[in-house]
Amino acid sequence: MSLRKKPKLAVYKFASCDGCQLSLLDCEDEILAVAGAIEIANFPEASRAVTSGPYDLTLVEGSITTPHDAERIHAIRRSSKVLVSIGACATSGGIQALRNFKDVNEFVSVVYARPDYIETLNKSTPISDHVWVDFELRGCPISKAQLLEVVNAFLNNRKPNISKESVCMECKMRGTPCVMVANKDPCLGPVTQAGCGAICPAYNRGCYSCFGPVASPNAGSLSHWWESKLGVDKDKLVRSYRGFNAGAEAFRQESEIHERG
Amino acid sequence: MGEAISNYAKRILPSTDLDRLLEALQQKGYTLVGPTVRENAIVLEEIEGAEDLPVGWTETQEAGSYKLSRNGSEEYFDFASGPHSFKKYLFPPRLKLWQAKRHRAGFKVEQENDQAPSYAFIGVRSCDLCAIEIQDKVFMGDSYVDPVYKERREKAFILAVNCTKPGNLCFCSSMDTGPKAKSGYDLAVTEQLKESEHVFLIQAGSEKGHELLEALELADADEGAVEFENKQLEDAATSMGRFLDTHKLPSVLKNNFEHPRWEQIADRCLSCANCTLVCPTCFCHTVEDTTDLTGDVAERWRQWDSCFTGDFTYFAGGSARASTKSRYRQWLTHKLSTWTDQFGTFGCVGCGRCIAWCPVGIDLTEEAAAIRATDLVSD
Ligand code: SF4
Ligand code: SF4
Ligand code: SF4
Ligand code: SF4
Repeated sequence: MSLRKKPKLAVYKFASCDGCQLSLLDCEDEILAVAGAIEIANFPEASRAVTSGPYDLTLVEGSITTPHDAERIHAIRRSSKVLVSIGACATSGGIQALRNFKDVNEFVSVVYARPDYIETLNKSTPISDHVWVDFELRGCPISKAQLLEVVNAFLNNRKPNISKESVCMECKMRGTPCVMVANKDPCLGPVTQAGCGAICPAYNRGCYSCFGPVASPNAGSLSHWWESKLGVDKDKLVRSYRGFNAGAEAFRQESEIHERG
Repeated sequence: MGEAISNYAKRILPSTDLDRLLEALQQKGYTLVGPTVRENAIVLEEIEGAEDLPVGWTETQEAGSYKLSRNGSEEYFDFASGPHSFKKYLFPPRLKLWQAKRHRAGFKVEQENDQAPSYAFIGVRSCDLCAIEIQDKVFMGDSYVDPVYKERREKAFILAVNCTKPGNLCFCSSMDTGPKAKSGYDLAVTEQLKESEHVFLIQAGSEKGHELLEALELADADEGAVEFENKQLEDAATSMGRFLDTHKLPSVLKNNFEHPRWEQIADRCLSCANCTLVCPTCFCHTVEDTTDLTGDVAERWRQWDSCFTGDFTYFAGGSARASTKSRYRQWLTHKLSTWTDQFGTFGCVGCGRCIAWCPVGIDLTEEAAAIRATDLVSD
């Protein structure tokens, strides 16, 4: 064991399902090693004992959807040396960014008995729209191996080994015959960032893009292929880009192109 | 490619005896790797015997499309290249190179021992044989020898299959890499299904192969069978679905670095890297260093990479090839132009894999032809 001072870890939650932060607790085999290497200083899901900031590493889950949260994230940033946003909500606005394409007040009026109690923003936005983020860890949910890798890289003062390239690369490396080529199933893999290990194609399904767009996605070309060769209609195209990463800029644009017809 | 033609006698292996041959290989300690059906494609995997081969299956291929189908034939090798090539066994997608452990003030490196078995590659087509020959040059051709590749390669046994059924995306005739296996194999077979019989014409290409064949005590091939083989291979050579004009191709591509076609391909190309990963000659890889949480153990891993990724040319300040245009141009010109400067052959053997497995059906023969047709600097 090396003799270094244990860095302090904090975990915060915004609009989200908790799945991503729970991935940390889900690291059954590694959790003791994590707890040995880092002081879990503020992580309500794990322990009620809270040590005050500043924190060396802060993980932020969830998107910003209320005026209160839009303020809260600034305070968190101020008390964090390194801030990593985790999951599709925190990195692109999440599934709740579907509201971005509609009038949120209409939803509120239908869903809540007392709409006047609800204070919400009309858009769900990623953390990086509000504060500086040191690293964005993608995924819905995140991969626990990648989360460990980020924590690990932080502890060892190195760059995390997290690919920004396509799911196709993972798919080919595991030897899966491409479902788009062999089965004519639409797959978002070519425009989606790796990280999941290309699970869906390995189970004969097209990729749903849980990990959001690659660095320079050519969604236009992919959509054209789906329409012209795989018989995918406009509605399905719009829905495909409006998944967990609907708010990611490239997917927002592409879905709007097809919504306009 | 590969001028040598074997002088060993040709023999006849009845198709019902294929297992005898495969068993003989297993008895010599080889792990068989060959074509087999999995998830709507004919892939390469470890197999147990002839019953795992894709008898009765074939496929049709188009740009961006591969369709597996049953044809009810008794043939074992009635199909063209699939999504895998033998490179995944010689140059594995991900490989641990070494690990280091903290040791007093410094650290101690522990070399990784490659535990791969001796493979017998079953059903290697001529294009893939040439691809192996090309990767031999890359990984063991000069003073920097890749020890893992070398060991796996030297231990391997190659059972080639002369190609009598080229596919719609094949163009080995253009690349001079087939359809007949010329060298680099231990045994080569030609499958012959006639009304009255189903046999393999079989010939050794190495001492290893010869020894194995002698032990099977097979009958000599008669003239009829050899003539039929010649006809099969002539027919195959003229029934390639694709064609690539290689005349002065390296200089045509070099002269057209600023051709507008590159921009047009970039509109379609997804920069997804599929073409490079399915290509049996592409050898690019990256290394990744990992640590454990305590920082006491570090590991170095090697994994496949591609010129289509941003990290491939990333150095301080960004990627040298930031645009898809520059990445596609790198791929095509490496395969068909600069490879000749680097290694003395094309980096393409005409297997057609990159055409089938490109998710948007980009066809390098079409792109090269388009650039030649509107050559900006014709000489
Ligand atoms: S199945 Fe999807 S992820 Fe896999 S190679 Fe094909 S397009 Fe890419
Ligand atoms: S470039 Fe394409 S056709 Fe040529 S060897 Fe590679 S995969 Fe096969
Ligand atoms: S084409 Fe690209 S991936 Fe293939 S060997 Fe050349 S540089 Fe490497
Ligand atoms: S040519 Fe096709 S397979 Fe290759 S990177 Fe472009 S889209 Fe992907």
